[in-house]
Amino acid sequence: METKTITLRVKRQDAPTAPSRWEEFRIAYKANMNVISALMEVQRQPVTVAGTRTTAPVWEANCLEEVCGSCTMIINGKVRQACSALIDRLEQPIVLEPMAKFPLIRDLVVDRTRMFDALKRVRAWIPLDGTYNLGPGPRVDPEAGASAYSLSRCMTCGCCLEVCPQVTPTSSFIGAAAISQVRFFNMHPTGKMHARERLDALMGEGGLADCGNAQNCVHACPKEIPLTESIAAVGRDMTRHMLKRLLGG
Amino acid sequence: MAERTRAIVVGGGLAGLMTVIKLSEAGLSSQLFSFVPVKRSHSVCAQGGINASVNTKGEGDSPQIHFYETVKGGDFLANQPLAKGMCEAAPGIVYLLDRMGVPFNRTAEGLLDFRGFGGTLFSRTAFAGATTGQQLLYALDEQVRKYEAAGLVEKFEFWEFLSAIKDDEGVCRGIVAQDLRTMEIRAFPADAVCLATGGLGMIFGKSTNSVVCTGSAASAVYQQGAIFANGEFIQVHPTAIPGEDKVRLMSESARAEGGRMWVPKDGKPWYFLEEKYPKYKNLVPRDIATREIYYICRILKMGIDGKDMVYLDVSHIPKATLDRKLGGILEIYEKFIGEDPRKVPMRVFPGVHYTMGGLWIDYEADHHGNPVVASPRNQQTNIPGLFAAGEAEYEYHGANRLGANSLLSCFYGGMLAGPAMASYIKGLDRSAEGLSSSVFEAEKRRQEEAYGRILGLRGTENPYVIHKDLGEIMTDNVTVVRYNDKLQATDDALQAFSERWKRIDINDTARWSNQAVSFTRQLWNMLELARVITLGALRRDESRGAHYKPDFPDRNDAQWLKTTLATWTPDGPELRYAPVDTSLLTPEARKY
Repeated sequence: METKTITLRVKRQDAPTAPSRWEEFRIAYKANMNVISALMEVQRQPVTVAGTRTTAPVWEANCLEEVCGSCTMIINGKVRQACSALIDRLEQPIVLEPMAKFPLIRDLVVDRTRMFDALKRVRAWIPLDGTYNLGPGPRVDPEAGASAYSLSRCMTCGCCLEVCPQVTPTSSFIGAAAISQVRFFNMHPTGKMHARERLDALMGEGGLADCGNAQNCVHACPKEIPLTESIAAVGRDMTRHMLKRLLGG
Repeated sequence: MAERTRAIVVGGGLAGLMTVIKLSEAGLSSQLFSFVPVKRSHSVCAQGGINASVNTKGEGDSPQIHFYETVKGGDFLANQPLAKGMCEAAPGIVYLLDRMGVPFNRTAEGLLDFRGFGGTLFSRTAFAGATTGQQLLYALDEQVRKYEAAGLVEKFEFWEFLSAIKDDEGVCRGIVAQDLRTMEIRAFPADAVCLATGGLGMIFGKSTNSVVCTGSAASAVYQQGAIFANGEFIQVHPTAIPGEDKVRLMSESARAEGGRMWVPKDGKPWYFLEEKYPKYKNLVPRDIATREIYYICRILKMGIDGKDMVYLDVSHIPKATLDRKLGGILEIYEKFIGEDPRKVPMRVFPGVHYTMGGLWIDYEADHHGNPVVASPRNQQTNIPGLFAAGEAEYEYHGANRLGANSLLSCFYGGMLAGPAMASYIKGLDRSAEGLSSSVFEAEKRRQEEAYGRILGLRGTENPYVIHKDLGEIMTDNVTVVRYNDKLQATDDALQAFSERWKRIDINDTARWSNQAVSFTRQLWNMLELARVITLGALRRDESRGAHYKPDFPDRNDAQWLKTTLATWTPDGPELRYAPVDTSLLTPEARKY
């Protein structure tokens, strides 16, 4: 009887300026495997299909439950988390590539620093007087709380940037994730008090105006965050904010 | 930087971030080191919630009851003053998180909602869907980003902690760390260092923990003289989904919201926990539920289809309730198993989950048994200047942790560690800056040499294969049910693994983004701690909390109401025992 196998085709690159190459690995099939467990098998026996000994591919991963955002890569042409990519649902060979919109580090690892910098730019936090005990926070309408929750599940994974035509390695567009965070913080009763600062941060180069309305982001988001709604809502607030500024309000 | 760096925090999960926030509020600049971007830390995996006795449901709950249940849940092994301090601070902590913008679930009146959890009959657990840890971590990450933007915090992400720097008097004066991209090794001077580097589930191969939870940093300082306490106490969570790469947690909150555990018996569901524990039902503490599931699967052979599986059933609960309160975990089950738990019962089995033991830390309590906030003794290890907080240290939970107390202990530990470090620094005669550079150079050189040795390993063994073998033997012999002969055999095997480690073929010799080197280094550190866990379990001839020996089925307070203290020696851990502070609650039989 022929044993069932899994074939992985991995795009390799040793360093940012090194040339890339493809390597193929074949491993034994087991039920309920995901892309991560297949890669882990390769680590235990880093030999290509051609029988060549190689180094194990490197990738980023942490929680393996699709809540940390680490293991984002392109799997059979689609950007997603490798942990929740189940082998049984993928066509073979399974093709693994690093995201293309971020600077490459090595193999499947890229540098997503720009996403965290964007959170700094838009002041994605609630200003606090201090962490001492000042009693309960503001009351929140349960429905408003539920919609805030849906926005706050963004794990800065990079899917929305990867699929956005406005995001390129050389463009400065901030991307949907950070814009949606502006909406999240501007909805909060305390965050609202500083809404203008965040809207200001989205003006100018690389800001919200650079969105081309392709709407790819919302389809790529693994957490089903209503990103296009966020962009529209923040856009409306910005128009209002700009008019107010023009009228000296 | 406004001021030269005085403090270093290693680990960007909840405990580390809270420590950094407290340091920042005290006006101290700090450097924050993390193996992963802090927003991707393991705290994101916490699901069910955070405990605080605010009694908004009119049930008569109070911090005093929370304290009692925490100590009882831990089978009276916790030092009581810190547990008391934590439970009393809890309502203020949850209110603080609320002010930070955590999207907690709300009641109709717009107040924080609370639910039940294991080991209690009160609604004490605040929650944000079933991704509470993620939401809490994000809130702290945002606050730290604010301080980072203000220039008070400098982050070093994708850096690995290698060792503490100790001066001639044995005082911690900084750390040596490695940039995981450039592979540069650097010494960082500091007046105080806090390790908030989490638990060690990876020693068991597959656990609910994240990939980074190897215990490597704690092990490194243990090998430098820091005491590791209560290592044998490992929590195995009753409900997880087995997988090839890890086991995935199915939160206790599923049972808190009405989920029922059963196996088929005579063609009908047998609700085994409800039958045996009519008062607490499905919400007995985790160690107890886990042992019951083991008994059913391994002894009675009544697991589903004769396998190591039982049902966790929420399919009778209305879909809208499930989506609102448990959406995050049901999504995990759906994505990873491909079945909708709203319609069919989930199949689960216990999985390694939490490290009750950890680095030994001190505390100072007043004559009422209340922790003295800002005492430099709080959260400090036996190495002066080296602190620890969160799952990396051993306090708060004793022999078994109650659900939704871990997020709380992370916050509280950070709230003590920050001020303690600030007081400690204030009291120093001389700062790290005044020391001869040779102290820093020597430790850096030692680490560079160790790195060079790993790069030069040219044997035949594969580090990932050794890790798999390690995980299997630890899971088989050092988890739910423990026998002395198997523990001894495990310790022998661990020493053989260390010999295999020396015959590793590193295979990848790149000096850029080399994960094999980092993993191999951590594997050695895992092996060191595995012996602490195994020998601690071997020696402790009693059953207490998560530590269960069928040959010694009872708790033995006369002999074993003691903290295990492990000190590193070249020949393996040396074990000593210290009394437990039971000054506030008298130990009693633990019944549910």
